[in-house]
Amino acid sequence: MSAGEGRNGAVIEGTTGPWEIVIGIEVHAQVSSRAKLFSGAATAFGAEPNSQVSLVDAAMPGMLPVINEYCVEQAVRTGLGLKAQINRVSVFDRKNYFYPDLPAGYQISQYKSPIVGEGEILIDMPGGETIRVGIERLHLEQDAGKSLHDQHPSLSYVDLNRAGVALMEIVSRPDMRSAEEAAAYVRKLRAILRYLGTCDGNMEQGSMRADVNVSVRRPGAPYGTRCEIKNVNSLRFIQQAVEYEARRQVDVIEAGGTIRQETRLFDSRKGETRSMRSKEEAHDYRYFPDPDLLPLELDLAFIETIRASLPELPDAKRARFMRDFGLSAYDAGVMVSEKETADYFEAVSKGRDAKAAANWIMGDLFAHLNKAGLEISASPVSADNLGRMLDLIADGTISGRIAKDVFVIMVETGGDPARIVDERGLRQVTDSSAIEAAVDAVIAENAAKVEELKTKPTMLGWFVGQVMKKTGGKANPQAVNEVLKAKLAHVLGG
Amino acid sequence: MSVDKDTVMRVARLARIAIPEDRVLPMAEELNRILAWVEQLNSVDTSGVEPLTSVVKMDLKRRADKVTDGGYAGDLMANAPLSEDNFFAVPKVVE
Amino acid sequence: MTDLTSLSLAEARDGIRARAFSAVELTQAHLRSMEAARALNAFITETPQHALAMAREADGRVAEGNLGALEGLPLGIKDLFCTRGVLTTAASHILHGFKPPYESTVTANLWRAGAVMLGKLNLDEFAMGSSNETSYYGPVLSPWRRRGSNVDLVPGGSSGGSAAAVAAELCLGATGTDTGGSIRQPAAVAGICGIKPTYGRVSRWGIVAFASSLDQAGPMARTVKDCAILLKAMAGHDPKDSTCANIGVPDYEKALTRDVRGLRVGIPREYRIDGTPVEIDALWARGAQWLRDAGAEIIEVSLPHTQYALAAYYIVAPAEASSNLARYDGVRFGLREAGSDITDMYEKTRAAGFGREVQRRILIGTYVLSAGYYDAYYLKAQRVRSLIKRDFEQAFEKVDVLLTPTAPGPAFGIGEKSDDPISMYLNDVFTVTVNLAGLPGMSVPAGLSAEGLPLGLQVIGRPFDEETVLRTCSFLEEAAAFKAKPEAWWRAVA
Repeated sequence: MSAGEGRNGAVIEGTTGPWEIVIGIEVHAQVSSRAKLFSGAATAFGAEPNSQVSLVDAAMPGMLPVINEYCVEQAVRTGLGLKAQINRVSVFDRKNYFYPDLPAGYQISQYKSPIVGEGEILIDMPGGETIRVGIERLHLEQDAGKSLHDQHPSLSYVDLNRAGVALMEIVSRPDMRSAEEAAAYVRKLRAILRYLGTCDGNMEQGSMRADVNVSVRRPGAPYGTRCEIKNVNSLRFIQQAVEYEARRQVDVIEAGGTIRQETRLFDSRKGETRSMRSKEEAHDYRYFPDPDLLPLELDLAFIETIRASLPELPDAKRARFMRDFGLSAYDAGVMVSEKETADYFEAVSKGRDAKAAANWIMGDLFAHLNKAGLEISASPVSADNLGRMLDLIADGTISGRIAKDVFVIMVETGGDPARIVDERGLRQVTDSSAIEAAVDAVIAENAAKVEELKTKPTMLGWFVGQVMKKTGGKANPQAVNEVLKAKLAHVLGG
Repeated sequence: MSVDKDTVMRVARLARIAIPEDRVLPMAEELNRILAWVEQLNSVDTSGVEPLTSVVKMDLKRRADKVTDGGYAGDLMANAPLSEDNFFAVPKVVE
Repeated sequence: MTDLTSLSLAEARDGIRARAFSAVELTQAHLRSMEAARALNAFITETPQHALAMAREADGRVAEGNLGALEGLPLGIKDLFCTRGVLTTAASHILHGFKPPYESTVTANLWRAGAVMLGKLNLDEFAMGSSNETSYYGPVLSPWRRRGSNVDLVPGGSSGGSAAAVAAELCLGATGTDTGGSIRQPAAVAGICGIKPTYGRVSRWGIVAFASSLDQAGPMARTVKDCAILLKAMAGHDPKDSTCANIGVPDYEKALTRDVRGLRVGIPREYRIDGTPVEIDALWARGAQWLRDAGAEIIEVSLPHTQYALAAYYIVAPAEASSNLARYDGVRFGLREAGSDITDMYEKTRAAGFGREVQRRILIGTYVLSAGYYDAYYLKAQRVRSLIKRDFEQAFEKVDVLLTPTAPGPAFGIGEKSDDPISMYLNDVFTVTVNLAGLPGMSVPAGLSAEGLPLGLQVIGRPFDEETVLRTCSFLEEAAAFKAKPEAWWRAVA
């Protein structure tokens, strides 16, 4: 395992020498609550404009915030999942600025005293390296509303449905050194949030967004000036944005320019980052404790109750899969990458050959899901059915080869493998008389090949293939092998 | 700490209040008088004193995660200076 | 029939119960006196139709024998309380045309108790002022004049409309709010009673916020008993206000025993301030003497940080106000001035919508919270506030209540102090400490100045011990036997 400092990350070869990329990420994760952080309005995605807005969210005069206890629990739960310090006292501050989708003229956030302090996330890179990314803090805050700028030639429209939705802002240390690490960090964080159930991690719907801070420096030199790329909303875009931005910064510096600390936007169509004009104005947020709220104090019992209810998280699960099921580090990592995958794997492998289960999931199942663009939760092949298919292989009902065909039918029909095997007559032929008849026929039809076999014993495989063909693939290959060997013993000698 | 014209302009900008040119200097003077007056606090020894965080000692109230509010976009629009199709409408914002 | 408007609220209540007159009759009498008193400019909005409808409903309940605690009693409401469907202005142009789709908790409590709303009372804009001269709707004139003079005087502020209306017998009682003295100072100046309850005793939900950590609503009426009755109806736990205490509301009327035997009354020596008129000091000494004569123990105490209270207040209150008033941005309610872009719209709207004193305080508040000044001003003031609170805690180890003057002088002339913000701020010198420490404080009329203007004494109590404050005030009221009334010169004007 290696921490951010003193580790060799990806290097950009510039015209003047190598550059190192330094990345820190702030993730805004929407708490999976029904109601908003400080009001009783709903949080559901895609509602009619301003239909999920309370008087508090619209900042009507005299309205006051009251905190949603569930959101507090989820923040603590997430903190515990990140192995982080839980702060027994935290304070809500007002962050003051004017924007039409910020109705009160301030966002309630946590500035000096967040609910969660330092933690960490371990990410496993494909090369086998495990990287530790420090978590600086996690705090609770309100989301802003949404401004639509393209509905009218001279007006912007404001929808406050999102205003006041609870977010957890999770701030990493600048411990990442490549675009891949940045994406892997967010992927791992998302997995942890989903395991915990504190955020659905849906980046398309905006329930998880990343602000990516990128800077470059000579290896080992102090940090360079960073630019913040706002609201990047997919793992692929994170990777693209980092790559583009790091290259841009190197080009600027090598051309004799300097990097200005600024906020940038990632244009996913062009694959570029660009400066955000509206954020140019120097900000002075005038943070101060929100006098409408009191400090949030957590008692130990509250924290311990949550701790006791934590599920097994990816790292622990991975270790268990390696230990108990003998999976390789890589396979175990893939199996735990999403909670749904891990659950699926555990359901398939229960009482069965775990390695075989992992191979089927990572092989045929993932290939199909990727092609169809489906999540494992929407897999047409249920864990139950895949498990039963493995049973059919194990008890010799079907061969591994036939199983591939059965799997394709399961994908198409979602059907039960045993029924598919029965209905389509795919049951493996183990009846020795049928196999013997096929073997005899093949030997009789191929006298010349039998002669060849005398000098080339490896030809036996060819005979197996012919017999399999003759039986429509249903013969048990091992039985075929044995019968062939017996019938041709005179030729093979020994 | 003295407030000059630039400071008044900067603060007024932060507070989103247009100050006519001829009011800037008088405002600077008014603010300076008030600030000079409140600076008497500097003579209080507050070392080791925590800033007051809550007037009345009590636990922060918490509510259950239930949807109890919303669903009245029309009421919200009733007071809006300009709205269209249940959106609040403002002069176009350039991002 | 006697003049119904000269009854105390308690007498009117008893009259309604005894069916000596109807709620409609009582309401009509007040509407007539309001109409005749328009010269005072006490009301921003009169709601006679509303009042008569409420009175008729009250009479219906009287007929059914189903009476609320305030059944049929006509009240004035400071126009800082949001009232459903009724123009609510905070005496500011920025809330132009604002009709809240909701009712403040306090007024909802009053209506539930059967009270009748006569209209919305004038105040200093956003309650920022001590003379009611900063109202967009023009100054309120005090019903009181100096003996032999026809110079218009201020009614105090910010609850100046409330004070004037109660003193001129336009309503039986009124709601006020008190951030630095805005109930007690105008009550003293207008010769009536007013109590600012403990911070957290009364819900702030639906009251236009000035400074959230200081604001507290309370009643203003002509007798201590009337205030006790009104406070009972206004107070109580509100789950919509995170700072509203969840503790029971006693029957304050029962506390009015006037018995002060054994009561330990503190006289804070720091409230003897150079330049205070002799008659104020004399009144204070007289009050102490009355108490001593009745068996109370008079104890001199020290509140060493008193002299810094005003300066701390004029940092904390504007800081909170600058943030609280950010929501008046021309987007969702109130005034909007056209602008070339969104920022221009904000700046023009807020420049046109806020008056001079409000602008001044927003700028001061913005400045003291801004980067580089926060620690020196805001944090420093909050530390001083801790010291002020501690002073009181130590004093209340030795005494049960504190006795002080309410205001440093009687009413002054309109325009006399409006050019000098600091001399205006000094009107709150005896009252702000109570807000900074969150304590209950009440003003009771105790005498007249040499020029025939009312002067008040203030009683300060321990947190949530309004009962002892009311008991002490009930004694002082009886001892002072304040019977003076302003001459109804305004009727001639009308």
